[in-house]
Amino acid sequence: MQTYLHIDNVIKQFGQFTALQQISFSIKQGEFVCFLGPSGCGKTTLLRSIAGLEPVTSGAIFQAGKEITHLPPEQRDFGIVFQSYALFPNLTVQDNIAIGLSNQGVAALECNQLVDKWLKMIGLQSEAYKYPNQLSGGQQQRVALARALALSPGLLLLDEPLSALDAKVRTHLREEICQLQRKLGITTVMVTHDQEEALAMADRIVVMNDGVIEQIGTPQEIYEKPASRFVADFVGTMNFIPTSMIDNNLMRIGEDLLSVPESLQELAISGCMFDLAVRPESLYFCAVEKANDLNNKDNSIAVNIESIEFQGAYCQVECRLWDDFSASSIYVNVPIREARKLNLSLQESRRIGFDNTQLHAYPSIRKAVKAVIAA
Amino acid sequence: MSVISMSPPKPSQKPSVLNTLKKLSREQLILLLSLSIVALVLIIFVVAPLWAMLRSSVLDSDGVFVGLANFRHYFESASVWHSLTNTFTLGITVMLVVGSLAFFYAYALTRSCMPYKGLFKVLGMAPILAPSLLPAISLIYLFGTQGVAKEVLLGHSVYGFIGIALGLIFWTFPHALMILSTSLRTSDARLYESARALKMSPFKTFFIVTLPAAKYGLISTLIVIFTLVVCDFGVAKVIGGSYNVLATDIFKQVVGQQNFSMAAVTSLLLLLPALLAFVVDRWVQKKQQNLFDSRSVPYQPSPEPVRDGICFAYCAIISIAVLVVLGMAVYGSLVTFWPWNKALSFNNYNFAEMSTYGWSPFWNSIELASWTALLGTVLIFVGAYSMEKGRDFTPLRRFLQMLSVLPMAVPGMVLGLGYIFFFNDVNNPLNFLYGSMLLLVLNTLIHYYTVGHMTAIAALKQLPAELEASAASIKLPQYKLFWKVTLPVCLPAVFDIGAYLFINALTTTSAVVFLYSTDTIPASVSVLNMDDAGQTGSAAAMAVMIMIAAILAKLTHLLLDKLFEGSTQAWRKR
Repeated sequence: MQTYLHIDNVIKQFGQFTALQQISFSIKQGEFVCFLGPSGCGKTTLLRSIAGLEPVTSGAIFQAGKEITHLPPEQRDFGIVFQSYALFPNLTVQDNIAIGLSNQGVAALECNQLVDKWLKMIGLQSEAYKYPNQLSGGQQQRVALARALALSPGLLLLDEPLSALDAKVRTHLREEICQLQRKLGITTVMVTHDQEEALAMADRIVVMNDGVIEQIGTPQEIYEKPASRFVADFVGTMNFIPTSMIDNNLMRIGEDLLSVPESLQELAISGCMFDLAVRPESLYFCAVEKANDLNNKDNSIAVNIESIEFQGAYCQVECRLWDDFSASSIYVNVPIREARKLNLSLQESRRIGFDNTQLHAYPSIRKAVKAVIAA
Repeated sequence: MSVISMSPPKPSQKPSVLNTLKKLSREQLILLLSLSIVALVLIIFVVAPLWAMLRSSVLDSDGVFVGLANFRHYFESASVWHSLTNTFTLGITVMLVVGSLAFFYAYALTRSCMPYKGLFKVLGMAPILAPSLLPAISLIYLFGTQGVAKEVLLGHSVYGFIGIALGLIFWTFPHALMILSTSLRTSDARLYESARALKMSPFKTFFIVTLPAAKYGLISTLIVIFTLVVCDFGVAKVIGGSYNVLATDIFKQVVGQQNFSMAAVTSLLLLLPALLAFVVDRWVQKKQQNLFDSRSVPYQPSPEPVRDGICFAYCAIISIAVLVVLGMAVYGSLVTFWPWNKALSFNNYNFAEMSTYGWSPFWNSIELASWTALLGTVLIFVGAYSMEKGRDFTPLRRFLQMLSVLPMAVPGMVLGLGYIFFFNDVNNPLNFLYGSMLLLVLNTLIHYYTVGHMTAIAALKQLPAELEASAASIKLPQYKLFWKVTLPVCLPAVFDIGAYLFINALTTTSAVVFLYSTDTIPASVSVLNMDDAGQTGSAAAMAVMIMIAAILAKLTHLLLDKLFEGSTQAWRKR
């Protein structure tokens, strides 16, 4: 598929502060891309630059093969939806959608038909004559979506569209947006700080931090192969377990010696310290019978159970390396069926094993942290 | 940008400006145009006159630079210290009295369940509709040498401190009431529920919850009152007798002695406390905003017979006092010849016989007020919109936002004097404006610019910031958005600004007293002149006419609000 939007070396500075540092990437026609990152990472600035609401300091932006870097927003081709809905408060739902159309010179009859079509599409036909503040948040956001799409723009920009909504409404609208996007095939960019939202909705995710792109990839790539410690930490939950290499075959975690899995072979320099990164669902409790196996055949580590949190579908178990009270917690997600069999209890010593295909290693930052604590 | 830097600097200056202008979209051009107009008005009619005044304070009467000699000379005279102490004594007395009177009045209005709240509110606000001269004249009828109730003062003369203080207390009361009611109304009910849960007595609750919540409002009120008192000139002129204050000093120096350099020095003295008060007030306002957020639950009073009874009695006493002062002025204007012929007649309203101007001052004032309201509302609202909702030219918008709050810090007398210095200069191409109605209009507009500007900004801030961006994305030009959404939504605020400008233009005396000509003399100034000439009855009559016009303006305002409510505010209903 061909490139629809191309960002080339874009830099944005606010006085001394650099909000965007040499951002470059492309978005394909019809793709749904999420900008994900903590607040202040520059994701909204990037979206506003694409919309022309924030002039870039340098660099270029191309949309549909045309350079749009210096065009004012009204001369660009996009529809936008904001967290605050930003509906025209004194116009009815119908007029909110119609105002853009009639301003473009669409005849009244055709305009009405189009508005009806959109109202049907967002399921708000019965609310056509209501004012925005007589609607619920989710309904208002749907109107905003219809207003943004009514002029059939080539690009849809969504600035945290779901952040102001209740959890239930949020998941519901999330699906609706995805369906609508697929149906219309419109290239879409969404800004969000909610990683769950990004993982569920996007074709590709652009993870940003401090004005820099940390990683671009499909949700699965981002989740399973995080390119940096930041991505690993920010997307989903990640345990970072301090580990040291002993030789090519052995590594040490706490008091336990483990064989080095294949994926970490390139790190196997003896004496090297790193953090082993593993997600809670890639950890499991070993059966009790094997707990006293001194040869550690199943590559497990000894932990103490600190707390068990019931989450409905699974239990989140907080553990600590056995005998090491200064180590940070290790979280293990145990599916509820398994948890019933395991019969875990507080302060119990158990062994946990790793899913060797889902291991990552990142340079240790623990030394610095310890120094701070000591000070 | 690179185009400009590449081209040779001198000959290309004009084309490059043109090129830059050509590059701007229509949206940006409209924005630039409206910002430039506001900037031009503010610079010519605020900054330039102030600068001219500052300059002449260091020049002698022949325009030679004398450094601080004027100041030295000024502070050497003993009468200055009299005026200074008098001004400050008055300021502090009135500030404290009005502060506490208005606080309990506002408390009764917002925190009790007493009956006739609406009526009390109207009566509490009524003095704002009268020029400050009206209470002064009324006090002369009440407590003057021929007054009906002069025994009340136990032999003290009303001419002087007592008169000025009473007059100003009356006149500044509604200003204090307005700020304090807003401050007390925006109070969080959850705090009172917590106090009850902690078994706190109502008395203790008042000191621990109510007072701290209203703290900033109270400070703000005290500052506003102090500034109003220090800068007012009408009351002191009419009832001050030999009690000199800074504002009357300026008047005497300009009108009596034609000593402009000294007047400039006095003005600077007056500007200082006003500026200081202004800075403190801005700081307090910023603090205030954080107390009440969207999660707060507004407080709803519940009936409590004892408290409500006391509140009712208190408000009744204040309201009666207001009615007595206003009523006395009306009565005095109807008495044929005070105190010898107390038969009621409209003789005093026969202005044609009393002065050469006849009724013309009244119509001048109506003209002045109408133009000020019309021009001012358009300029203030469009200006505020461009500053608040514009996207480009950020440095210019920031600069204008700062400039827009400056007029509030400048007392009317000082502004008026600045206008003399600036516009009465034969070398100034704008000299033709001097003495014209247009200059009076612009002066009044500027004098009250800041309050209007802040009303507009507050209304505009209630609209989501992304509205303009949304409009741009659906290709709706900003002027259309302004016309179809912003203006209808903010219409009540626009009417508020218009009414505020109209009423203040009617009642103001301070700045215009230096700027009128025989063709443009406003009613408020003619009240002063007639009072000066001993025609107290006619002065009262003219003051009453001003009040009637202001009441009619207020009623029109309410009517307009009602008329447009259906078509522009229906969306507010849930």
